Amino acid sequence: MTEIFGVPIQSLMGQLMIGLVNGSFYAMLSLGLAVIFGMLNVVNFAHGAFYMMGAFFSWLLLKHFEVNYWWSLLLAPLGVATVGVVVEKTMLRWLYQLDHLYGLLLTFGLALIIEGFFRDQYGVSGQPYDLPDIFKGAFDLGFMMLPKYRAWVIVACLSVCLATWFVIERTRLGSYLRAGTENPKLVQAFGINVPLMVTLTYAFGVGLAGLAGVLAAPVYQVNPLMGSNIIIVVFAVVVIGGMGSILGAVVTGLALGLIEGLTKVFYPEASATVVFIIMAIVLLIRPAGLFGREK
Amino acid sequence: MKQKLLAGLVAATLGLGAGAALSQAPAPGKASDDVVKIGVLTDMSGVYADYGGPGAVTAAKMAIEDFGGKMFGKTIEIVSADHQNKADVAKNVTQQWFDRDKVDATFENLNSAVAIAVQGLGKEKNKITVVTGAASSKLTNEECSPNSGIHYLMDTIALGNVVGKAIVKDGGDTWFFLTADYAFGHSLEKDTGDVVKAAGGKVLGAVRHPLSTSDFSSFLLQAQSSKAKIVGLANAGLDTVNSIKAASEFGITKNQNLAALLMLITDVHSVGLNTAQGLYLTEGWYWDMNPETRAWAKRYEERMKKKPNSNHAAVYSSVMHYLNAVKAAGTDDTAAVLKKMKETPINDMFAKGGKIREDGRMVHDMYLFQVKTPAESKAPWDYYKLKGTVKGDDAFQSLAMSRCAALKK
Repeated sequence: MTEIFGVPIQSLMGQLMIGLVNGSFYAMLSLGLAVIFGMLNVVNFAHGAFYMMGAFFSWLLLKHFEVNYWWSLLLAPLGVATVGVVVEKTMLRWLYQLDHLYGLLLTFGLALIIEGFFRDQYGVSGQPYDLPDIFKGAFDLGFMMLPKYRAWVIVACLSVCLATWFVIERTRLGSYLRAGTENPKLVQAFGINVPLMVTLTYAFGVGLAGLAGVLAAPVYQVNPLMGSNIIIVVFAVVVIGGMGSILGAVVTGLALGLIEGLTKVFYPEASATVVFIIMAIVLLIRPAGLFGREK
Repeated sequence: MKQKLLAGLVAATLGLGAGAALSQAPAPGKASDDVVKIGVLTDMSGVYADYGGPGAVTAAKMAIEDFGGKMFGKTIEIVSADHQNKADVAKNVTQQWFDRDKVDATFENLNSAVAIAVQGLGKEKNKITVVTGAASSKLTNEECSPNSGIHYLMDTIALGNVVGKAIVKDGGDTWFFLTADYAFGHSLEKDTGDVVKAAGGKVLGAVRHPLSTSDFSSFLLQAQSSKAKIVGLANAGLDTVNSIKAASEFGITKNQNLAALLMLITDVHSVGLNTAQGLYLTEGWYWDMNPETRAWAKRYEERMKKKPNSNHAAVYSSVMHYLNAVKAAGTDDTAAVLKKMKETPINDMFAKGGKIREDGRMVHDMYLFQVKTPAESKAPWDYYKLKGTVKGDDAFQSLAMSRCAALKK
């Protein structure tokens, strides 16, 4: 069998495939963060908590109302987005004129409160969420077995990312959004409801996190701590990609998933650290991130 | 303004931390040397909070109530604290308990790093420390403290012994380990590997993963390409749960079997029977073993709204054993009480014929369980089939093998 650096090529392909799956999650989460930062200038530290909330909503829907996975895919992100609207309307909006630090502190505090609430209600061991029947089993790719559900995750994440990019960069609505962040007063003068747009953007961003949570529920554990485990990596992804850059977030998310996958083969002990090493290097060479523009 | 805000934040965080660390259960009456006062130190809100946590405090309170609540005519007092899985926090709290609050003994002390720190302090201050939740075998070997420390529930050697031996005997003679990359994981991997080799099996390799990894699929693919019959999970808590989920998803379990080396019923509950079925694991206690265990579990469930795990039962048993020893000794003096505790066999709902050895190891029977299939499970928490009982002396390390320096003198 052919080998690269002593690793059979087949298992290397398998690892790359898994890296792609993890990268899809990173991409989707960092996309929401990038959209919120790009449009609202808020560093949304509560993103991990909303991701966790999405997973919990789908578990609660299944447990108490027997709502299946497909409806959860729609309802749970909507529920998370609704919470997002409340947060934006009642709290975040007072902080736009202030330093980034205040938004960061508020969302960080919110994350702790939300996490604490779920921990108090449901314990820390997590709850089981079974795979939907249709996704049981795996595709045989020759070099590995790819579980059907993981394949679905890649497809779903990439379509959502692509659609978001298209809406923001290529449609009229997207152009209003972008203009609204550049110069809100002028855009308002044209009769566009900027505060409403901002609220909806925040709701959309956290809704994406909620959707990622629903997608993650069957593969990881529905657990109050699941958000804080992943959020640090996602922040590193956004920083590497360039704060606020949508394309940057998606491409970097996927790339880091792959790099992490390779690290797990060659030096597993460093797999939790490699993302941050890359972040440090990128910040030294390109402080605005790979795809960011210096202001 | 910014400085003020930050200063306020720091102050608030400190305040919160201190508040959490010192939140005490009702402690009426005067603290004096006549009063028996125990401390329960555990993880109240972190990753191990379901393993010990509020359930452990409840179990200790139940023991005090069942004992009658009074010792030598004075109310027995209990304090509890959250060590946040940090050895330094644990050490500070325990020091304060021993020096200022006149606490006579501490219980639970889960997390091996915490347990080693607390037991060390107990040795220095000559106070009894009973460890239930932590598993490192160092507690009765390199870090042993025969004159103050007791290791009550299980350790990495016993866990490896029970599962390792049983599985090799069953034909699972080639192993690959998935190991959490810190002291506990390494010692579990080594202790189990030794058992496997001694029983005639082979260890083909191991992969070390960082603590709290969310995705285990690539590690499992490496385990898969090793072609080992058994994939040993030398990790705990969420890491074990996520490894098992990923293994079932990637079809690893079709050709290879998983052995969870440290897994409790609370973990099985969170994985769900669909995924966990067929898994072998070892515990020192299970709620559905006999009428006595069921009765206690029922009383516990009335308070906590879920079934207890072996750690909760061990906390109850150890607190009760301590109180009985104090009563029999007629004093709360450390040496006298410890002598009584070691003299008296433990016969309660947790253990039959259990004994505390001179190195501090509590020796009792360990059980090999297999997780039921969803069809076999008749009720919530009806999860285990008993596959075998291993006598305490076979499960735990023999005294002759001990690396405890204090015993060699």
